Amino acid sequence: MIAVENLSVVFNAGTPLERRALRGISLTLDNGEFVCVIGSNGAGKSTLLGAIAGDVPATSGRILVAGQDMTRQPAEARARHVARVFQDPLAGSCGNLSIAENLALAAGRGSRRGFGYALRRERAEMLHARIRELGLGLEDRLDQPMGSLSGGQRQALSLVMATLAPSSVLLLDEHTAALDPRNADFVLDLTRTLAARFGLTVLMVTHSMRQALDLGSRTIMLHEGRILLDVAGEHRSKLTVEDLIDAFRKARGEDLTEDRLLTS
Amino acid sequence: MSQIALVGAVELGLVYALVALGVYLSFRVLDFPDLTVDGSFPLGAAVAATMIVSGVDPWLATAIAIAAGALAGFVTAFVSVRFGVLHLLASILTMIALFSVNLRIMGRPNVALLTQDTVLTPFLGRGLDDLWVRPLFLAVVVLAALVGLAWFLRSETGLAMRATGANPRMARAQGVRVGAQVIAGVMLSNALVSLAGALFAQTNGFADVTSGVGTIVVGLAAVIVGETVMPSRRLSVALVSCIVGAVIYRLAVQLALSADFLGLQASDLNLATAVLVLVALVLPKLRGRALGRRARA
Repeated sequence: MIAVENLSVVFNAGTPLERRALRGISLTLDNGEFVCVIGSNGAGKSTLLGAIAGDVPATSGRILVAGQDMTRQPAEARARHVARVFQDPLAGSCGNLSIAENLALAAGRGSRRGFGYALRRERAEMLHARIRELGLGLEDRLDQPMGSLSGGQRQALSLVMATLAPSSVLLLDEHTAALDPRNADFVLDLTRTLAARFGLTVLMVTHSMRQALDLGSRTIMLHEGRILLDVAGEHRSKLTVEDLIDAFRKARGEDLTEDRLLTS
Repeated sequence: MSQIALVGAVELGLVYALVALGVYLSFRVLDFPDLTVDGSFPLGAAVAATMIVSGVDPWLATAIAIAAGALAGFVTAFVSVRFGVLHLLASILTMIALFSVNLRIMGRPNVALLTQDTVLTPFLGRGLDDLWVRPLFLAVVVLAALVGLAWFLRSETGLAMRATGANPRMARAQGVRVGAQVIAGVMLSNALVSLAGALFAQTNGFADVTSGVGTIVVGLAAVIVGETVMPSRRLSVALVSCIVGAVIYRLAVQLALSADFLGLQASDLNLATAVLVLVALVLPKLRGRALGRRARA
């Protein structure tokens, strides 16, 4: 379970460039919950993920993962609980290490790294099996460099890598946005399959309203650093993309009136 | 070129093979350009020579020289990681500081070891020509370093170190403490270089405070020559290529110096090395540009 309590993030505080990216977000994810986050550019989606992962320091509020306060812990200390897939397929793996080495590195996430052989036999066999399941034929290329793969293949592997070691939450930051539609569908299907198979708790940022309603069990809309909409269950299943667009428009419209008030 | 000169070049090449392995670790694995080695090479020589002269067992003196090198690496990496000083600058500061430290350790610019027992003494006068004992001994040390490094870089921790250099953001997301990895790697690198310095002093019979000038360039030259001669993505081949590169480099230098028609002096060595490294760095780019022009035409 992860809980975000009254989380605020301010960039460049006290300077003319001050930007309040998150304004008091509170959010609780139950175990096994799959939450999609949408919102326009600058709504704070990536900042929210970054704050949970430890890349972005919280200005105020708390982040609890598996009952532990992680607000002040660095990203590497949170990695035991937090698995991630980045938007950029190149960001989540090392291009000059072999595929197997990348996988081995991810399999060791959250455990103490010793001096044993990273690709010892039983682990190599486990990795081989996990990659064969993908049906991409990559299991025969495990000793080739990660950099020799396409963006779609690399992102699929990043997703598998994120599930090799247990996690309290899996953070997906628009992980299909950089892919062509066919690869995006493949990675999205894989996301669904792996989340169901391992009962993962997922927080997924997406630009696609369709995805935000189809995938997972709950949808959250962010706007200007606040939660605008938080729907699950029956209410969510009745929601259409048009409803989401309406909600967006309404939020923007309110801004417009506010702006008008300020300038008049 | 005489046999003595040839064996001498191989011997020196093997000493610098240890430097090349260290430089490979900092430059290639960690992507941390570390000039500390110009100071940690004479540091190893100074510590080993001074202790041997004052009666310490040469093996123990060598071990302490290795530890001193690791400490020098720690200073550079810690300053860079902890206080955010640019790695290049942090290493230059340590290098400069080590010049004074080395003079303090030795108490004078150089220490002679000719009459002292060294790590080589037990192997001398045992039937094998002394000329061959030194390169053989060094070959064994280099082989041990190679095997140890290859084993380490394939271990869980070594893999984390390689990821730290290749993609620190990804490494952090995998729970790797990248700061600690950089510090450990630079320490290991300088320990190897310091070992090279300690062995240099014992095989050549002296330690000199100026013997470190250009160590980094020689190490880089060895790495680059090795990569050119034996291009490979395999880690073990890359490590072997560092050693091969160091020996080839020293042989080439010896050849150039003994070719009278070139008119080179020993003092031209640094200029020649700098030109060699520059050519090796620039050549691939020029070749790429020429290919691009041909493709466009």
